Amino acid sequence: MMHLGPKLAKPHPLTGDQPETNWPQRFSELAQQAKDPRLAQYYKAGMVSPDTPIKDVPLLAIDFETTGFNALQDGILSIGVVPMTLDRIYSNKARHWLLKPKFHLTESSVVIHGITHSDIAAAPDITTMLDELLHCMAGSVAVVHFRGIERPFLDATMQDRLGESIEFPVIDTMELEARLHRRKPPSLLDKLLGRQPVSIRLADSRRRYGLPDYSPHHAVTDALASAELLQAQVADRFSPNTPVSELWK
Amino acid sequence: MQIEQIEILEFLKRHSPFQELPEETQVEVASQIEISYFKAGTPILTFDQPLDALYLIRSGAVETYRRNGELYNRLSEGGIFAEQGLLRSKKVRFPATALEDSLLYLIPATLFDELFDSHDVFADYVMVSDEERRKDKSQRQSDANELMISKVDALIGREPVTLTIDASARDAAIMMQNESVSSLLVLQPETQAEANRDGKINLMAGIITDRDIRNRLVAPGLAFDTPIGDIMTSELVTIQHHQFIFEAMLLMLRHNVHHLPVMKQGRPIGVIAISDIIRYESKNSLFVVSSIFRQHSVAELEALSQDVKACFVRMVNEDANSHMIGSAMAVIGRSFKQRLLELAEEQLGPPPVPYCFLALGSMAREEQLIVTDQDNALILHNDFDAKQHDAYFKQLAQFVCDGLAACGYTYCTGEIMATNPKWRQPLHVWQQYFRDWIDNPSPERLLHSSIFFDLAGVWGKLEWAEQLNKEMVKHASKSKRFLASMARNALQRTPPLGFFKDFVMENDGRQNNSLNIKRRGTAPLADLIRVHALASGCEQQNSFQRLKHIINVKLIPPGRAEDIRDALEVIAMTRIRHQAIALEAGEEPDNNVAPEHLSDFERRNLKEAFQVLSNAQKYLKFRYQGS
Repeated sequence: MMHLGPKLAKPHPLTGDQPETNWPQRFSELAQQAKDPRLAQYYKAGMVSPDTPIKDVPLLAIDFETTGFNALQDGILSIGVVPMTLDRIYSNKARHWLLKPKFHLTESSVVIHGITHSDIAAAPDITTMLDELLHCMAGSVAVVHFRGIERPFLDATMQDRLGESIEFPVIDTMELEARLHRRKPPSLLDKLLGRQPVSIRLADSRRRYGLPDYSPHHAVTDALASAELLQAQVADRFSPNTPVSELWK
Repeated sequence: MQIEQIEILEFLKRHSPFQELPEETQVEVASQIEISYFKAGTPILTFDQPLDALYLIRSGAVETYRRNGELYNRLSEGGIFAEQGLLRSKKVRFPATALEDSLLYLIPATLFDELFDSHDVFADYVMVSDEERRKDKSQRQSDANELMISKVDALIGREPVTLTIDASARDAAIMMQNESVSSLLVLQPETQAEANRDGKINLMAGIITDRDIRNRLVAPGLAFDTPIGDIMTSELVTIQHHQFIFEAMLLMLRHNVHHLPVMKQGRPIGVIAISDIIRYESKNSLFVVSSIFRQHSVAELEALSQDVKACFVRMVNEDANSHMIGSAMAVIGRSFKQRLLELAEEQLGPPPVPYCFLALGSMAREEQLIVTDQDNALILHNDFDAKQHDAYFKQLAQFVCDGLAACGYTYCTGEIMATNPKWRQPLHVWQQYFRDWIDNPSPERLLHSSIFFDLAGVWGKLEWAEQLNKEMVKHASKSKRFLASMARNALQRTPPLGFFKDFVMENDGRQNNSLNIKRRGTAPLADLIRVHALASGCEQQNSFQRLKHIINVKLIPPGRAEDIRDALEVIAMTRIRHQAIALEAGEEPDNNVAPEHLSDFERRNLKEAFQVLSNAQKYLKFRYQGS
């Protein structure tokens, strides 16, 4: 996906953020309410409790390539997921799906993703792989870089196809980066000196941890990139025993 | 379903031993990799921990340790570790810690086994701790005639000189004169135009040589403006660039021609003449030696030093091993001394008493290279009387040492030369010197005299040198204190631990930009081999022959002398290649090797060789200096 997250002075909630973080309880409620069996199954798998140390949390790095940034107008072109834990990234268990977006491809999105009309022509609709995706996600906490994309787009897709919403916690590596570099708005001096705020884009963030440059905009590579970034961030300033509640949103 | 891991795959394609694997295997490896990040300073593997993967450094740097905490290796991007554990017990043998923030790729143990079983390149890289490869290289004998194994393209010195068929004989002669060539390739005019356009020469019409001008133009009395098309040879005999030199000779003989265009992919890349073959042979060490004895003055000998360098480079390029090169250079050095002594005796008259001229150090060991100083001495007859005779020998020594310096063998900075009266003594004094060194040893006293324990007679009463050597060896092998002192001196110069990025890494983790490969490699090896050789009563001088003796008498535990031999070959060849590269580039050769000029393969081999040296030094200490 594009990592052009808004340059926030202060973190503010995004679509899908929950005021409380008692996700296990929320999941059992949702499991009762869900009408679609696939969704019900997903919620039934449950969610780790907020005080679970991050080292014990099953994680799933997710990246969507989309036709644009508006979940209500744009569609999902491809999905990459990579299962991981704090110790290891199972890139050998990565999955990748090309999808037919509900909305048309624009020329500019073709340029970004390299996914063309002909690629998409043969691609299935998301409904055909929804159970596989939900199966991958079940029981894991999602890891993304900028949570303004994957969760809203998945939610919008669910509403459109199933008439139901989906809720789940995510660990946002961009937000973890913003906590460090965007704690306070730029001072007058910063502005006068024309100081640029530290970039919290995926590639720039990775470089700060000595992670290699990957070419962006392939869903699996981007998911992998976020997965590695999370390991580096936790190694840098959290601990394996940090409760997941301090990380997820 | 496997996902194509583009980034991982691209990385594998850039690093050994993965880049040598077939593409489909690379894809398979890329798809099975797991990833883990370690912050600088955090442990990655601890001793004896179960091991389920081979570790490949994607970014960052990692240090591995021995069990006792000693640094074992330092690796950077592309480096692998944990292979020793995987090959044995599937438990960690060398604990690892992240030196920098590091991203590691983990190749599952099952896949590692599979790669190991089905890909020799991979198995070689991870397991054959370079021993086998080193043996391979050192045992490859190139005793075949050099003309039989050298390719024609080694003879090509320049692009072919061409002109078009409509040029006159005089044009051809002028061009030959200007270009200093004895033949020209003749092209069709239109193909000349073609050649200018795409830089290629396509069609040759023939060849014209100085012999054609003589036999077909001047002798029949044709006009100088005769077109060369009329006098050239159009039935072309050519040779392919990859054919052997002896095939070129056969072709020339069979067709009675003295010039052959050399073809590569259908176009001529040069012309070789019979004189090129003769010149090539002149770089042969035998040729150099025989020409040394035909020179009649120091100035003439001095002129040969270029041939010596060319001969050295040629042997390196023809994959000779260090023993062959060392002996060839020693034979050449010895010949220079012999010829200089002949010339000296011609000038000074016959010697008043018999003498023996000695070579010491690397020349005596037949391990001489191109950067070398002269270490020599004179044994005089016991009837020698300084007052009566020394003036003669002083002049003789001066003549030889100055002559050697002129021929490229620099004066010995330690004054170990026959010009030094201390080293110009009758046999009985020499015998006393050795008794004294051996009976009253101290590391300090022996520090500068170890060179005398590698001695060889060059000229005169060679039997005195043999006698001296025999007595010395017999005596030395029985003196524990002497051997202990020699052993202590042999431990003074240690090898580095290995390489890290473009640095030489020392055992304490310091990093240097370059490595004196003689001081840190070949010299300490020769030193420690000498101690074992003297201990075992070996009368040989050459390190490889000494090692053979050490193996035969089973002086040290099985396998160790073989390891030392292989390590010596690796280090000596690195030094030799380094000097040959400098010579070819027209630079002054030296012993300082910069890691950035070593390939990964050389670095790995050298690291292993240094490890062997380091272990051998530990053993030497234990063996001769133990309580």
